Amino acid sequence: MLSRRTLLKGLAGGAGAVAVTSIAPPAEARTNHPMPEHAIGLLYDGTLCIGCRACISACKEANGMPAEQTELAGGNYWDAPLDISGKTLNVIKAYREGNATHKDKAIDGFAFTKVSCMHCNDPSCVSACPVSAMTKDPVTGIVHYDLDACIGCRYCVAACPFNIPRATYDTPSPKISKCQLCAHRLGEGRYAACAEVCPTGATLFGPVIDLKKEIERRRSLAPGTKTSFPRGKIGSGDSHIAPVGEYVPQTYGEKEIGGTQVLHLSGVPFELLDKPALPDESPAAASESLQHAIYNRLIAPIGFLGALALLAWRHMRPARQATPPEGEEP
Amino acid sequence: MTAPARPNDQTAPIGGRLVTPVTAVLGLLVGIMLVVLAVRFVRGIGAVTNLNDGYPWGLWIVWDVVIGSALGASGFTVAFITYIVNRGEYHPIVRPALLTALLGYAMAGASVVFDVGRPWNLWHVFTPGYAQTNSVLFEVAVCIAAYTMVLAIEFAPAFLQRFGMERARKLLGRSLFLVIAIGVLLPTMHQSSLGSMLLLFGTQVDPVYQTKALPLLFLSSTIGMGLAAVVVEGSISALALRRPLERDLLSRLMRVGAMVAAGFLVLRFADLAYRGVLPRVFESTTLSLMFWIETALFAASIVLVLGRSGSRPRRFFLAAMGMALAGILYRIDAYLVAYHTGAGWHYFPSLGEIAVTGGLIAFEILAFIIAIRLLPVMPALPAPHSSSES
Repeated sequence: MLSRRTLLKGLAGGAGAVAVTSIAPPAEARTNHPMPEHAIGLLYDGTLCIGCRACISACKEANGMPAEQTELAGGNYWDAPLDISGKTLNVIKAYREGNATHKDKAIDGFAFTKVSCMHCNDPSCVSACPVSAMTKDPVTGIVHYDLDACIGCRYCVAACPFNIPRATYDTPSPKISKCQLCAHRLGEGRYAACAEVCPTGATLFGPVIDLKKEIERRRSLAPGTKTSFPRGKIGSGDSHIAPVGEYVPQTYGEKEIGGTQVLHLSGVPFELLDKPALPDESPAAASESLQHAIYNRLIAPIGFLGALALLAWRHMRPARQATPPEGEEP
Repeated sequence: MTAPARPNDQTAPIGGRLVTPVTAVLGLLVGIMLVVLAVRFVRGIGAVTNLNDGYPWGLWIVWDVVIGSALGASGFTVAFITYIVNRGEYHPIVRPALLTALLGYAMAGASVVFDVGRPWNLWHVFTPGYAQTNSVLFEVAVCIAAYTMVLAIEFAPAFLQRFGMERARKLLGRSLFLVIAIGVLLPTMHQSSLGSMLLLFGTQVDPVYQTKALPLLFLSSTIGMGLAAVVVEGSISALALRRPLERDLLSRLMRVGAMVAAGFLVLRFADLAYRGVLPRVFESTTLSLMFWIETALFAASIVLVLGRSGSRPRRFFLAAMGMALAGILYRIDAYLVAYHTGAGWHYFPSLGEIAVTGGLIAFEILAFIIAIRLLPVMPALPAPHSSSES
């Protein structure tokens, strides 16, 4: 007879293992992964960007990405993508408001922003991937994608809060695509093609520590002051003189989900540029803390299994002895 | 096929014709699915689905895997009640419940093969060097694969009995307690992880649904759904095959389901209140409407089986349907309605996706019908009734 007491006891045991570990503060809660010491990344300063889109075509060429036919007002064009996709790793988007005459102003203004992989310190895509196709380089911090490992489950596509990894859907052999900071060119003495080609230094390549110093320098100058802006990469020696932008206080990527190696400066608030507002805690830390609490050295599952096996053994044994052998099993 | 003195402990094939109008229609649906899948493997996922980079997971994951396996919880919940907290009283429903679960999990596994873009690499999940143990999806995949094998072992006695392999059957019988214990452990793990998978989506999932209580909410609602699936399957089998209804057992199972669902509701509201999100469910949004539909269905299922009238077949059958629907909606809402990755993305399943999911369900029902006709799954009836009824 299924008495209420035994049932409750059993249910409590089952739910208990999960309940204790998911409600109680996790024993091994991990915090956000820190940025690697020698991390490299990009600084994108929207106030320097002139929207020439040279970075889009340079990126395509450097990474062998296919052209796409795009529809713009006034007709069809080749390779004027409006968003990143399975064929495009990097785009510049424009913000426009009112008569759109004042650069980097929210009202009656326009502004540019870049959409490409942020190279998170604690990436959701890496935590998502069940087969290590997404990995974070321990030295450079570049988030790499390995096509040969990938099963095409698209958990990375769904998990990324910046909506960066994209899949292809028009082929029986699809792949995930995302910016890998031109890692394949680093050995050739070159670097991210988008930064290399940028005529105004709006996209600047370099060690993240140096990029952060450059951000501090720009913020320390009064808006409108003429100063020298490096082009290409930090320390390239190539620079030009331009006025300092009037930045909003937020540096996008400084704190978002534990910080990113791509940092954005802007003259208009980031929410106007469709940059999602994100918490400081990385979802990867939240998810992995909970999983580690439940599966900590498999203690809870093994204990639960032991209890189940004991009860099953006790309940199934007498029944087998009491009836003819062929009468009793599921 | 003759029935012994204690019919409840014996199972037998029910026999009957395999080709009937019902099985023919089911076969047709399976055929349509195969055509759609052929197109998918030649021209890519985009050719037959509405999946996109804003909604890279659609019907095939949310229904076939997340919901399909939750309804397949019939296997572990009944095994738990029958063997862990009880002494075999629920025997007559064990094999049908295990069969339902086995088919549900096998179909979940099959749908993964055609949903992922690069299925030829799937073995990487189980291979050290590739396997990434911090991934919640890794836990889900390994655990579901292992449990499908456990279900096959749990169901194996039906085959061994049918083909007269008594020695193997006795050998298996001796270690079955361990198999059953593993068969309860594994679903508690991956059914809760199916909730945990959403944690990584962070703020992309609405705060009403995004909570660290997800594993417990998914696990508890799964238990309700699994028991509801047993009750629905038992009721429909009895009606369709004109066999006696296991009224007493089914109504008591549904009461257990109702208790667990009550726990789900208490936990859910307590969690919303604790996190201060409760006011959000009173805003007029699609999501809060969906929230209240789920809540009403759960509550109605509980109320239906309260008191003495709860043992009326109509009542517990309706309660089971309500409970299953509530759990299904909860999963669709958590994975799709509450999920927003940015402006401009839309998703509604295409005809192709619906045809494949429909074909999988048809295959499950078809396989169930064939199995109970050929294998000892259903309880044996007293001799006069065991002749050919179809």
